[in-house]
Amino acid sequence: MASTSNDNVPQHMNAPENASDELEPGACHDSILNPTDSFEEFASEMSSSLRETCLTTKSSTISEIQSEILETAEDPKLKAAKSSDDLQTKDGSMSASASNSNLIEENGDDTDDDKDYLQSPELVNKEKHVFILSTAGKPIYSRYGNEDKLAGLCGVIQALVSVIEEQNQDILRFINTKDCKAVFLVKGPLILVAVSKSNESETQLVLQLTYAFNQIVSLLTLTQLNRIFEQRRNYDLRRLLAGAERLIDHLLVFMEKDPAFLLGAVRCLPLPEKARENITNAITTTCHKIRDLVFAIMIAGNQLITLVRMKKYTLHPSDIHLLFNLIRSSESFKTAESWTPICLPKFDATGFLHGHVSYISEDCQACLLLLTVQRDAFTTLSQAKHTIAEKMRRANCLVAINNALNRNEELSTTKPLKHIGIPEIRHFMYKCKSTAQLFSSDPISLDRLQDYRLRHKEGGDIVDKKITKLSDIDYVRNYRKFCNQIHCVATPAKLIFRSSSQDTILSWVTNGFELYVTFDPLMEKDHAIKAVDRLLRWIKKEEERIFIMNAPTF
Amino acid sequence: MKVIEAKIVVLGSQGVGKTSLVVRYIGKMFSKHVSPTIGASFFTCNISVENARVKLQVWDTAGQERFRSMAPMYYRNANAALLVFDITSMQSFTAIKGWVKELQSNVPEAMVLSVVGNKSDLESLRAVPYNEATQYAATIGAAYCETSALHDQGIEKVFKNTAISLLQLSSSNLVSSLRSYDSTEEKIPTASTTNDRATHTAKVELPAWSIDSIAHGEPQKNMCC
Ligand SMILES: Nc1nc2c(ncn2[C@@H]2O[C@H](COP(=O)(O)OP(=O)(O)OP(=O)(O)O)[C@@H](O)[C@H]2O)c(=O)[nH]1
Ligand SMILES: [Mg+2]
Repeated sequence: MASTSNDNVPQHMNAPENASDELEPGACHDSILNPTDSFEEFASEMSSSLRETCLTTKSSTISEIQSEILETAEDPKLKAAKSSDDLQTKDGSMSASASNSNLIEENGDDTDDDKDYLQSPELVNKEKHVFILSTAGKPIYSRYGNEDKLAGLCGVIQALVSVIEEQNQDILRFINTKDCKAVFLVKGPLILVAVSKSNESETQLVLQLTYAFNQIVSLLTLTQLNRIFEQRRNYDLRRLLAGAERLIDHLLVFMEKDPAFLLGAVRCLPLPEKARENITNAITTTCHKIRDLVFAIMIAGNQLITLVRMKKYTLHPSDIHLLFNLIRSSESFKTAESWTPICLPKFDATGFLHGHVSYISEDCQACLLLLTVQRDAFTTLSQAKHTIAEKMRRANCLVAINNALNRNEELSTTKPLKHIGIPEIRHFMYKCKSTAQLFSSDPISLDRLQDYRLRHKEGGDIVDKKITKLSDIDYVRNYRKFCNQIHCVATPAKLIFRSSSQDTILSWVTNGFELYVTFDPLMEKDHAIKAVDRLLRWIKKEEERIFIMNAPTF
Repeated sequence: MKVIEAKIVVLGSQGVGKTSLVVRYIGKMFSKHVSPTIGASFFTCNISVENARVKLQVWDTAGQERFRSMAPMYYRNANAALLVFDITSMQSFTAIKGWVKELQSNVPEAMVLSVVGNKSDLESLRAVPYNEATQYAATIGAAYCETSALHDQGIEKVFKNTAISLLQLSSSNLVSSLRSYDSTEEKIPTASTTNDRATHTAKVELPAWSIDSIAHGEPQKNMCC
């Protein structure tokens, strides 16, 4: 993380006039999200010793909430109902299903085929591979190709990892070759590997692998994952992940294109202050008496609309990203109200919350998640949802959401660059650190994401074609290097200014925010700094629309 | 008019067409692009039979293995179950037997069971003989129907038969979780979700589940749906 000294920063940038005594844009006293530095995670990952790679599950937040509710429950009947609501029952049957799985044993005969397969068009010339296997060397997931045919490769990876572990008492972290990086992450019973030719740093790759691991935890819980492999080291986890591969596929694409992951921040749907307030009120007034409800989260198009929480509990941006990914990847939520277990690894990796998931209405693509610790709450939550939707409709919130989603030209936040009126700025992204929220000038439209996804699904091949018009994705690609320098643990930079014949990029980190701006080529530094000043003032002016500035509770 | 409210759970392996069946019946359409169910989806529908109305709460569960252990949450208090398999997959038929065992040991009250062989349009790929499925269904006291969500065949009948059996079950007064009332006495809740039956009402102790206590499907002259 960056140091707090501001030596390199020009004086007038520290304190833009008129804003000196104010908080940085987007900051507020209470945050719904845990302010984080995604790079902290990397640091802790890297400092873990060999012993710690075996994950222990710490105390459960979910049971903490459950017992708290119990203590305050006067109704003895309620108590009885709750105490039977532990995770034991399902865990019991899970272990049963794990043990009677029919295990297909591979034999070594097919290694020759394997070698050929590694040269097949399905696998060569990809920008980035991700492989997940068990510590016993069984393939679990491959981004490209068929992991069944990768048993040989997985065996090699497993051997590499375990040789270094056993013979050298060390952990294999990176292998660098001329044009390619391989990054290894051993987490509990899983080994995750990224092999990349992209410009992503080792840090960024480890973060992505951590996300992939958390995605799996989110589907199974850490408790279940550990237990399965304790019981059967050779277990074929694909059985339990059947149908969920697409969640990992989507997550990998999502991480490559969305700066939210790079910055460890959440994007909010820009909304008029009043509209957001009405939505939040619709939720709080409806739900304040539902005692087991932990979070009510409304999202649309990978953006947060509002989050109402149980007192004392906040969410980590990475858990929100996993929820975004779940909603984006699961068309079935559009068909009907759903009731599903969801584990949020940062909140509590050991257990499931129960989620009521539904879209607000046919004519509004906002999705409401009501997360509770009570597994019998469906009917209550279903009623609550209908009440919330009704209140929102009456307060014209649906129109406001649709306007924002359809990127109505009349909104200042739709085309911020036009609105700010600094023609030299081509693109920017801003993160408010204390609230872990993000705003960028050109959020990826869903169509464009679709193109990108198709491109990657149907190949993910490296193409040398020159890009004519840069998209958000390409800008973010360019920022990666700067982001990495700014977060470099050994020698963090505060301000980087690089001017070239293609563009000029300025990255600036303070205690309160991170800012990345792309200007026209060959910008003068002074000129750029003045522009940034104006930009920050615009963000400050619009902060109530583009950020969630409070942290409502039930 | 007599109104009964019942909960029905749809069980079966991944991809056998559970959602397609339910959406075909309730939404009157078929989409090639239904996506895998996550957890379980909730639908409601009304069926009129023999001068009575059956209000069904349908729980369409996910077949993915990772949700297997969640199933009790969805079939608890259910009055009926559709056990769906894909006639082109023997494995999916075998899975039904596992579900039946599980229901038998976990659901104390009588239940209307129907075994449904879906994708009957794929006759050329059939892997489960019609007779085998019929015989199995008979051993558990269930009706057997074959359906095609694609061609909208047999589905209407599955739901109708279930409704009729539920009606019989409710008049037997054996089942406390099956709510019935007369619509002239009590106003029918309009919104599907405003009814509170699914919440934990105290249960009357009843003899353990046994084959005898299952309501049998409407005796069928013509077993081909
Ligand atoms: N030919 C044929 N295909 C069908 C039929 N019913 C469903 N399908 C197809 O089978 C696939 C799976 O259908 P779903 O309805 O999603 O299956 P499901 O049982 O709900 O699956 P899960 O939710 O994952 O448990 C889809 O591609 C459907 O189009 C049918 O009657 N005939
Ligand atoms: Mg389904």
